[in-house]
Amino acid sequence: MQNRLQVFFKNIQLADIKGFFFGNRSGYGLVFTTILYLLLLAIGFVYLYPLMFMFVTSLKSPSDLLNAMVQWIPTQLYLENYVRAFHVLDYPKTLVSSIFVSVVPSLIQAVICSLVGYGLARYKFWGKSILFGLILATFIVPAQNTFIPQMLVYKRYGILGNILCMLLPALSGQGVRSAVFILIFYQTYLSLPKVLEEAARLDGASDWKIFMSIAVPGALPAYIVSVIFSIVWYWNETFLTLIFLGGKIQTLPLQLSQFVWAYENIYPAGMENIFDRMNEAIKMSGTFLVILPLLVMYFLLQRWFVESVERSGITGE
Amino acid sequence: MNLKKLRRNEMKASLREALTGYGFVIIWVIGFLAFMLYPLIQTFIFSLNSVTVTLSGINLEYLKWANYTKALFADPNFVEVLITYAVQTILSVPIIIIFSLIIALLLNVKFKLRGLFRTIFFLPVVITSGPVIVELTQQGATSAPGVANSTTIAAFISSLPPSLRGSFQFLLSSFILILWFSGVQILIYLSSLQKIDKSIYEAAAIDGASAWESFWKITLPSLSTTTLVIAVYTIITLSQFSENAVIKYIGNQTYNPQSGIGYASAMSFLYFIVLILLLVIVYFILGFRPKNRYD
Repeated sequence: MQNRLQVFFKNIQLADIKGFFFGNRSGYGLVFTTILYLLLLAIGFVYLYPLMFMFVTSLKSPSDLLNAMVQWIPTQLYLENYVRAFHVLDYPKTLVSSIFVSVVPSLIQAVICSLVGYGLARYKFWGKSILFGLILATFIVPAQNTFIPQMLVYKRYGILGNILCMLLPALSGQGVRSAVFILIFYQTYLSLPKVLEEAARLDGASDWKIFMSIAVPGALPAYIVSVIFSIVWYWNETFLTLIFLGGKIQTLPLQLSQFVWAYENIYPAGMENIFDRMNEAIKMSGTFLVILPLLVMYFLLQRWFVESVERSGITGE
Repeated sequence: MNLKKLRRNEMKASLREALTGYGFVIIWVIGFLAFMLYPLIQTFIFSLNSVTVTLSGINLEYLKWANYTKALFADPNFVEVLITYAVQTILSVPIIIIFSLIIALLLNVKFKLRGLFRTIFFLPVVITSGPVIVELTQQGATSAPGVANSTTIAAFISSLPPSLRGSFQFLLSSFILILWFSGVQILIYLSSLQKIDKSIYEAAAIDGASAWESFWKITLPSLSTTTLVIAVYTIITLSQFSENAVIKYIGNQTYNPQSGIGYASAMSFLYFIVLILLLVIVYFILGFRPKNRYD
């Protein structure tokens, strides 16, 4: 036994110890890995701090809120905040209209942007570089510089407050960040092999048929990425939604922005005892309810979100 | 049908290709004219006029540059809001770039749970909307924990000139928020890091370069285009965020019956000019560099 240990220790070289702690050809080493994890955990904590704060606060009862001892772990599971926030947000109805307002324009936007991206990637025509310049320019121009005339026109035709105000720009490739999606589709179609399409053309298929039956199925991942990103951006868009749909169609983020006002309508300050008045726990519950659908979507579809940027080719080549 | 086919075959192939190409992009061109160019020109016309909306239509009264001079010299708030926006953007962009580069470098190392961390750092992109951020900021949830209230920091801030004080307070009180805008940037960096040829690193290591040296001499130079793209993307995202003070100010002024649409239009053009200036500055800092000696 003694002998064996001696042999064992004899065989350990200084380089092995060094390798174990500081890394060698086959691995990064314990010290490096530990530092990496600690760093990522620390940054991750800071990064998620607002979310954790929101979630914990939303579960606090009024007495927990006043108690300075209670910071991270509420003394009881208190769900009344959520019940109230649910009522104030008018949750089922607002959720449905939020989904409607974000999903329908997203689908249309993806279809249109894919058409434009395909046209740019597959056909040679005069003015293509000008077109590219203009597409990038639409990404830079702030919505403030274009919304007033649009609003006035919509008003004249009586569609202000109608979903059409969001659909029409999406229908012509001018929706929320359409330029990004056009670039995504452009890159995707450039990277797909042309051979199949050429073969189909020789067999007499029309351009439209080639697009529908060969190009679109090949670019399915790009469609999925575009639709889910577009849903997120339409969901979170409040400036245009407020102006174009103002009050007629209420989305969750819009309802959140007038949360205090809505709360006081349902639970008037004079009628409630001091503990049940508006407090930060209720606000945080409301905020959590607003982002909940997006969180669910994100964790279900996260593979698509994270891979998307690599596909988009906006990395500069 | 026959005739159509005949005509199609008579057409020169290149012309046919061009026409089909136009067919695919025409809808965008129409949209561009209707929802971008026309409103942009119209807004510019509005900005030169006093605009009143009546039941019968829109009345314009030509003012020349009065709206612009009013915004720049008479309005006590606008210039201040605009400068605050510019300073905050200039402060935020380097923070976002450096932070996303560090995270991307960390995530580029192969280790377990890499996917989990990637998910975490991308999460804010999905949930960040104006009202949510407002609620979180109001509760003080967006300041770096424990930093904003420390007395040394408070002393540091009060020692600053008043013009910078507000911006530094903003940095502290919404530090996490600034980091939250780096989700997409991290992924862009990550994907360009993975595209750098591994053999360059190996060659450098054989020649005796340390990891530190290869970071400065290989990694950073390879990322220069990416950094420019990221800076531009960041500026645009920040400037279009709906809780941006300038945007809110312009939005409120639009409904102001006294000044109204014409004034708001003038302000939005001034805002646009500042945005372009910021982009140009960033372009010259990041994109304009002496020619590579080894080319």
